[in-house]
Amino acid sequence: MEVILEFTPLLAKGTWMTIKLTVVSAIIALVISFIVGLARLSTSRVVRILATVYLEFFRGTSALVQMFFMFYVLPLLGLSLSPFLAGVVACGFNLGSYGSEVVRGSVQAIGKGQREAAHSLNYTTWQRYRYVLVPQAVPMMIPPFGNLLIELMKLTAVTSLITIADLTFVAQIIRSQTALTLEPFLVILVIYFAIASVLVGFTNWLARSIARRRHIAPLQVH
Amino acid sequence: MEWSWTVAADVFPRLMAGLLVTVEATIVGAVLAYVLGLGLAILKLSQSRPVRFIFYWMSEFIRRTPLLVQLYFLFYVLPDLGLFLAPFVAGVLGLGLHFSTYTSEVFRAGIENVPRGQWEAARSLNYNAFQTWTRVVLPQAIPPMIPPLANYLITMFKETPLLAAITVVELFNAANIYSNSYYKYLEPMTLVGALFLLVSIPSAYAAMRLERKYARRH
Repeated sequence: MEVILEFTPLLAKGTWMTIKLTVVSAIIALVISFIVGLARLSTSRVVRILATVYLEFFRGTSALVQMFFMFYVLPLLGLSLSPFLAGVVACGFNLGSYGSEVVRGSVQAIGKGQREAAHSLNYTTWQRYRYVLVPQAVPMMIPPFGNLLIELMKLTAVTSLITIADLTFVAQIIRSQTALTLEPFLVILVIYFAIASVLVGFTNWLARSIARRRHIAPLQVH
Repeated sequence: MEWSWTVAADVFPRLMAGLLVTVEATIVGAVLAYVLGLGLAILKLSQSRPVRFIFYWMSEFIRRTPLLVQLYFLFYVLPDLGLFLAPFVAGVLGLGLHFSTYTSEVFRAGIENVPRGQWEAARSLNYNAFQTWTRVVLPQAIPPMIPPLANYLITMFKETPLLAAITVVELFNAANIYSNSYYKYLEPMTLVGALFLLVSIPSAYAAMRLERKYARRH
């Protein structure tokens, strides 16, 4: 175990990379979730079809395949992405497809009365979504988004396969330099667990604070 | 970069062989996930507090850490402890173990959602534990579990490319090996994506149909 301590700086770097990958791809995934999720509710058929194609494509293929496609195939088509960019784009686009279903489902779960109320106030579509539907849907989105955030964090481990020096990559470096196996993998499993537990805590805190501000009962991520 | 049908035709048989391994890994992994998940669910519902505590946190530990790292763990660590597993075995074991933590939640929720009154009714009919489970609880608990369990089957199918990292030659790895030997990346990787869509989209719609079918009953 003492040998592992020598690798503390490397492990710290790997942890920081995993956190960076998680945060950046979470932002991408969140933006895509709202764009695609709301596009699926559009009155325009073309917009709906485009959003469905996006959803089925990114949800229907494997994240690893998408990442390799972005890293190895896109450069051949003239679009070169750095490993970090390919990694966060693949993670973000992939989880964004799952997130869009959360957004669509939550907005659709808002009662008919609320839509009719917005109509009777002569709200435009924008006002209806901005002031009536989305604010009420957001508390419902928090727990499933929390679960997706954990999935996203775990998915960043796959970016080690496109040469990003995240925690998993660091464990492989330690393994090849020291021939130790149990220690590096056990250490990073514990670090991953700690990061995920912080994310669960954050999601629950967010659910509670939104609930307090809105005076509603919080929904918890188990 | 031009699409070449010659390359596509050349790589296709290898991809089909890989797809077969992918399907095998998915099915074996899913059976493991269902069996282990049911066991885990029963342990999480145990009367004993320490048992509940231990298995809840064990399951959370597996659920909150990446499958890829767990696969490395099985593949690199177990041989050092004297247990040698073939890559395929390590792969399906990892898949099954990882997803058992998800399926255990489905089983737990399914069992807990059977109303208390049903248990009491079974008691008042003087049913023993076996009769209670087989005639009252499970017939009501199982149908709502089917759609989420089917969805996890599809999720596991999409996770199988991770087995490539521990040298299993499944669909993705078959393409990757071809790409690295012939420096052709466009056709193999595109075909892999297409094959994934070809399997997962119809399966997703089938799962949705299941969901509607079992939703109507309740």
